Amino acid sequence: MDLLATLRIALRALKVNKLRSVLTMLGIIIGVGAVITMIAVGGGAQARVEEQIKSLGSNLMIIVPGSTTSSGVRLGGSSAQTLTEDDAWSITREVHEVQVSAPSSRGSGQIVAGNSNWSTVIQGVTPEYLEVRDWPIVSGRGFEPQEISGAGKVALIGQSAAKQLFGDADPVDQQIRIRKVPFTIVGVLDKKGQSMMGQDQDDVVLVPLTTARNRLFGNPQGKLRRVGVISVKVRDGQNMKEAEDRIRELMRQRHKLQPGADDDFTIRNLTEILQAQEASSKVLTLLLAAVASVSLLVGGIGIMNIMLVSVTERTREIGLRMAVGARAGDILKQFLVEAVTLSLIGGLLGIAFGLGGSLAIGEFAGWRTSLSPESVVLAVGFAAAIGIFFGFYPARKASRLSPIEALRYE
Amino acid sequence: MADALIQTTDLVKEYLVGEQTVAALRGISVSIEKGEFVAVMGPSGSGKSTFMNLIGCLDSATRGDYVLAGERISALSGDALAAIRNKRIGFVFQQFNLLPRTSALDNVELPLLYGGVPAAERHERAKKRLAEVGLADRMDHHPAQLSGGQQQRVAIARALINNPVLILADEPTGALDSRTSVEVMALLQQLNRDGMTVVMVTHEQDIAAFARRNIHFRDGLVVEDHPVPKINDAEAMLRRGRAPAKVA
Repeated sequence: MDLLATLRIALRALKVNKLRSVLTMLGIIIGVGAVITMIAVGGGAQARVEEQIKSLGSNLMIIVPGSTTSSGVRLGGSSAQTLTEDDAWSITREVHEVQVSAPSSRGSGQIVAGNSNWSTVIQGVTPEYLEVRDWPIVSGRGFEPQEISGAGKVALIGQSAAKQLFGDADPVDQQIRIRKVPFTIVGVLDKKGQSMMGQDQDDVVLVPLTTARNRLFGNPQGKLRRVGVISVKVRDGQNMKEAEDRIRELMRQRHKLQPGADDDFTIRNLTEILQAQEASSKVLTLLLAAVASVSLLVGGIGIMNIMLVSVTERTREIGLRMAVGARAGDILKQFLVEAVTLSLIGGLLGIAFGLGGSLAIGEFAGWRTSLSPESVVLAVGFAAAIGIFFGFYPARKASRLSPIEALRYE
Repeated sequence: MADALIQTTDLVKEYLVGEQTVAALRGISVSIEKGEFVAVMGPSGSGKSTFMNLIGCLDSATRGDYVLAGERISALSGDALAAIRNKRIGFVFQQFNLLPRTSALDNVELPLLYGGVPAAERHERAKKRLAEVGLADRMDHHPAQLSGGQQQRVAIARALINNPVLILADEPTGALDSRTSVEVMALLQQLNRDGMTVVMVTHEQDIAAFARRNIHFRDGLVVEDHPVPKINDAEAMLRRGRAPAKVA
């Protein structure tokens, strides 16, 4: 008997008990929908972390001033400026695992451009900073060496800050005033998106480090060339942990710390933190999918249950089909196709349900979801497999009936 | 005997009930020629239904031989038996056994479905058979929309669809009133006149009288096997407009 005719028989049988068929499918619909939604939620979390890693720059470590002890009083992190520009240059020079390290200092201030103004983050940087952060310039140019050494009044602007100040106009060569000092914008930075902490990284203005120190943040200890943060990019393929140890050793030496004394700086391995987050979000995805799969399994058991009822109810029909020439294999196929039809229709409706569910979660909970075609294919394949697996036992039971007993069944 | 359609030799069928073996048939040797119309009779428990199941290839014998149209059935596998039932035998049941919520046409097509006949040919042949049993205008009706007599005629059309060598009717009038019983008998007699071999199980004497030969079963053995002395002519009875009183 051909598959098309079998499918027609299956559809007719399912139509006879519409409510029952729909309720049976509901198990699969919910199961498939839940699997797809959960994978989308987990995938969204994962994609967000991956994006953060990308926006951070790969293999990134930052060094910030650490706790200091002053007359027996331990002060918290970043309470003193213990890092200098030279620390950064010596890290680049002396730690071979390091590709580049960049000193920077950070402040904030009001920026005025024409008749609009905006308060934003101002960072004093050197060209190395852009290299560490994998941050290209999309229009205009970067800082020239003489602008760095000569405290040039030039600035690079992030996309969000540019939008606030200039709207859609091109910011390059525009004049701005930062804390009343006039600057010329020479370039626009590429879009970075949100940071790990949820801050908009594009709401920023970069100026040469020397300019920041001398003209904006007014450093009283200017001669020591203090900086707020040193960002370090480790070479690809190098061990981050080893690099961290080497940097710590060098910094302790440079800061003349006695053995046993606390570090006066803290090294944060951001990439490692994010990678841990990524791993945990993967585990989360797996866990969510596993829990959702349980409902798919329960749906499968529902199919088996209904198919068993159906075989019993239709015993006479099975007997008749055998009497007019159906082979055991034909009967097996008929009930198997019926079970798979149930689970596949349920699976397809489940996809719609899953798509709707993940859109709704994205909309109302504000979580990011990411639908992968693989999860859809997987869920439907799984639904079909469940139909075959749970439909097999009832179908085999039907095919093994004796035609005489089936015909006489009341 | 050379062209006997059905030839059974010492057919024995035993069932295991608990730990006891119960013999339903205790050695049946019967020969039925092509073109006969045989009524198999006997009280319940006589073994007539078991005999029908065996010659209908629905069951296999414990011992003995059965040859249908030159083929030794005893040696065949389940799938081969299914093929014989599909191609060689047409069944008519007491309860009609039509598929519910399925049109008369689809019901008649059913054996062809398992015979692997393409859809267009299935429709063609089923329509022709339904027209032959006088139901050309009822093809799209479901069994629930048909009278008992009409349902049995659909069942007969289904039995005929694959041009079988044998029609096996198990109490074909058991669920019908006396007039429709005669109508169904007229149809079977017509088929028999056209050359079809018909074997019918019945416990009603006057229904058995429509056949040409009666075989009586008792306790798993054939106790009587004789031609019917005075055959009822169903067509003539219908023309006269009266049906015989039905034995309950």
